[in-house]
Amino acid sequence: MSGQGYDWVGQDVERVDAVDKVTGAARYTADLKFPRLLHAAVVRSSLPHARLLHVDLGPALSVPGVKAAVCGRDVPFHVGIYLKDQTVFACDRVRYVGDPVAAVAAESPEAAAEAASRIAIDYEPLEPVFDVERGLEPDAPRVHPELGRYECVPWITPEPGTNVCNHLKVRKGDFDAALKRCAHVIENRFAVPQVQHVPLEPHVSVARVDLAGRVEIHTSAQSPFTVRHLLCACFGFKHADVRVIVPHVGGGFGGKAGINLEPIATALALRCDGRPVRVAVDRSEEFYAVVVRQGLQASLTSGVDENGRVIAQKMRYVWDCGAYGGYGVNVVRAAGYTCGGAYAFDHVQGDSIGVYTNRPIGSAYRGFGMQEIHWALESQMDAVAREIGMDPVEFRLRNCLGPGKATVTGQVLDESAGDVATCIRKVACGIGLDVDRTDPSGGGPIRRGRGMACAVKAPAMPNDAASSVILKFCEDATLELSLSGVDIGQGLRTVAAQYAAQALKLPIESVRVHNLPDTHLSPYDWQTVASRQTWATGNAVLRAAEDCKRQLLETAASALGRPADALELDAGCVRDPDSGRSVPLDRLVMGYLFEDGHAVGGPVAACAHFVPEGLLFLDPETSQSKKPVAKWTFGAQGVEISVDTRTGEIRVDRVVACYDVGKVVHPSLIRGQTFGGIVQGLGTGLMEELVLDRTSGRIANATLADYKIPSSLDAPRMEAGFLETPQADGPLGARGVGEHTMIPTPAAIANALVDACGVRVHSMPLTAEKVLAALDAREAGREGGHRGS
Amino acid sequence: MTTQTGEQISIRVTVNGRVETAELRADRSLLEWLREDLDLTGAKLGCNEGECGACVVLLDGRPVNSCLVLAAEADGREVLTIEGLGRAGALHPLQQAFVDRAAVQCGFCTPGMILCALGLLGENPDPSPDEIRRALAGNLCRCTGYQQIVEAVLDGAGRMREGART
Repeated sequence: MSGQGYDWVGQDVERVDAVDKVTGAARYTADLKFPRLLHAAVVRSSLPHARLLHVDLGPALSVPGVKAAVCGRDVPFHVGIYLKDQTVFACDRVRYVGDPVAAVAAESPEAAAEAASRIAIDYEPLEPVFDVERGLEPDAPRVHPELGRYECVPWITPEPGTNVCNHLKVRKGDFDAALKRCAHVIENRFAVPQVQHVPLEPHVSVARVDLAGRVEIHTSAQSPFTVRHLLCACFGFKHADVRVIVPHVGGGFGGKAGINLEPIATALALRCDGRPVRVAVDRSEEFYAVVVRQGLQASLTSGVDENGRVIAQKMRYVWDCGAYGGYGVNVVRAAGYTCGGAYAFDHVQGDSIGVYTNRPIGSAYRGFGMQEIHWALESQMDAVAREIGMDPVEFRLRNCLGPGKATVTGQVLDESAGDVATCIRKVACGIGLDVDRTDPSGGGPIRRGRGMACAVKAPAMPNDAASSVILKFCEDATLELSLSGVDIGQGLRTVAAQYAAQALKLPIESVRVHNLPDTHLSPYDWQTVASRQTWATGNAVLRAAEDCKRQLLETAASALGRPADALELDAGCVRDPDSGRSVPLDRLVMGYLFEDGHAVGGPVAACAHFVPEGLLFLDPETSQSKKPVAKWTFGAQGVEISVDTRTGEIRVDRVVACYDVGKVVHPSLIRGQTFGGIVQGLGTGLMEELVLDRTSGRIANATLADYKIPSSLDAPRMEAGFLETPQADGPLGARGVGEHTMIPTPAAIANALVDACGVRVHSMPLTAEKVLAALDAREAGREGGHRGS
Repeated sequence: MTTQTGEQISIRVTVNGRVETAELRADRSLLEWLREDLDLTGAKLGCNEGECGACVVLLDGRPVNSCLVLAAEADGREVLTIEGLGRAGALHPLQQAFVDRAAVQCGFCTPGMILCALGLLGENPDPSPDEIRRALAGNLCRCTGYQQIVEAVLDGAGRMREGART
């Protein structure tokens, strides 16, 4: 029968780029060869906060092999995606150790480094701000005295005259009144440090400006069109004069969203007479000089009634945005309108506040603020449950969102929003939280514990964020698919091929997804962020396929002398079900040639887009909105850990995850996303933290030797399960999940630590030192006479 | 700038079965030579300090971080890079296992991961999952969480043992 065997969505098809990647054929930006390439070196601020008095490029220009040198006064242009608070190079002030001050382009990396070292910079040191508490004080130094003059999108609200770069308020019901009615009031504070993405491929960009003024950029980026748009806004180029090409990308995790090294490369290329200039950061610079994840200080107050319902919830999230908030201001916003996580709180006072400091630049990072707020929220939910004597799983079920329940912004969820309650139950069962347990380790030094945490996230993006695709047939009925969503490892190109092959009943190998997003050749896509690509690009592919199908049927209608609506697309042909006659696709895709020589139709191709519908801005005072975001994805994770009470070391033995993804598009890819997210979550939960030397303002552990990420020895046993409650506007019901997989892991580990040892650690990461200190403090407390209290 | 006028050396290395001779600066790493002069870019520069494993190649059959090995040290020896292992339609069983087990995401760690695993399988054709995890502990991957990589190496080891018997 027609269509059978072409249900590619839901199957483990081979990754379209797998052979490229296992043979070394896949070229990443640094692998590309450019004739007469120049190498750049960036001079970065050695001080965390200083007035920039003078930059002398002269000595650099006298070094043999140097082609160009450039600094702030040469390109005093602002750049930034939401808040344009940064210039290509620091102009009159440096704001973190690593702030770009100048750059040189030279014939060799050695010549560039030598020239960079000769650039003389005069600073007047200023008092730095290293933490948000200090940043919020009325007499704190201002990191951006010009804050009121920056260009900014209307839904970001900086507070000029302060260090606050954004503040989102959520006000729902009457928190103060509701709190008075509560049987229990529980307050806690939680903290998350700045961490770094650590993509295996460091940032790299190559720019060339030819003698006709056209700009060509090859770059390791998540968002070619956003790079182009922001570059044009910065330098005043026409969009059509700028070509951004994104080769294979060695991991992004948000760090390659927006715009990064491209303006520096362009500023140099403008001075290099048509020669390409490569700007690459080394691993150390990757840690502190490009972008990092924001830090968080969270204060939560939960008011609970006799039945274990949280009726009043206050959340204050204060973000360490670092030196610039161009992108990070939107993390602040997303954390605000998602401040209640997976729960239905009736009376809410939420504040999400972004604060400038003289630390590295906080920006997008997988989860976009959600892991950080879930660290606080899911630790708090567990702590509250234990304090009121209720099972944490039952407590979550009593308070979680679901159909008919309202989020903190007043959005009432419908049946298609996903089912967090079932995720909670499955995870609790899978990890063994649903059974009464006695500690199997007895009184020994190794304690075992189990814990869980929930996760929710929506795409944080402009309401009109678009994805589009082009489908076009080759003469042999192979389908070419062109898109500008970037496959940063998640498998987007494979998923797009699955949707196209299924919709047009093609063998999966007959769909070729063109390799390189290229703003000259491939259609518009806003950004590869927000777990939006499978959903947005998938929808665009289905729409374009529908258009191709219409064209094929119309041409076949002429060929067969039948109305188009009487025909059906079948495997490799268009068929007339009444007569059984059919025309093979390779006689339709370029138009149909009759025996007498006349032709109908023409080459079959289609372009289609997807933009989410019906989104509404938040109320500026209360953030209430019936539909503030396009979709939510819910999930939960349970973990089982071992704690060595002699050393404080935690080992994560097993993780069970469950997410309501709407539709499992590719079982192996989604398992891979989930396992990867869990281990990245485990890294931030147990070991990752950018350590600031408060004397110098430098990041003290900016190497892979000192900043550890999980290795194969750290990865636990993992199980991933999925629910398929269809997303109403999802392609065959699918919704995003890429980021969500790392959101709940740290909080689940912290909750398991309480289960194992009875101590709670409030600040990430859960290092052995902190755990041991907590265990020692508890012992000291007991010995100090609190026994039995 | 001392390196710009640094000592020149001559080397003769068998790379992917083919003899390559070169005159180069004595301080150049094997990784630089492979990537820049031979255009064998499958070996990646991830950290340049031997911490990430993205640059792993086999030197006389043993995995090395090629960023920490001088090209001079490879003189008279055999280097295998990912480009020498297999190609479309004729993948090495271990490459095929990485494809089939969805052990590839962004792919930046993949060549080093495969070659490191191949080095292990040269010494131990039937490793346990724990032995695989230990062997790959110096090869960082930020995407996969390692589970499918370990599955792929187990699978590839099986295919290689099968191939050796036939």
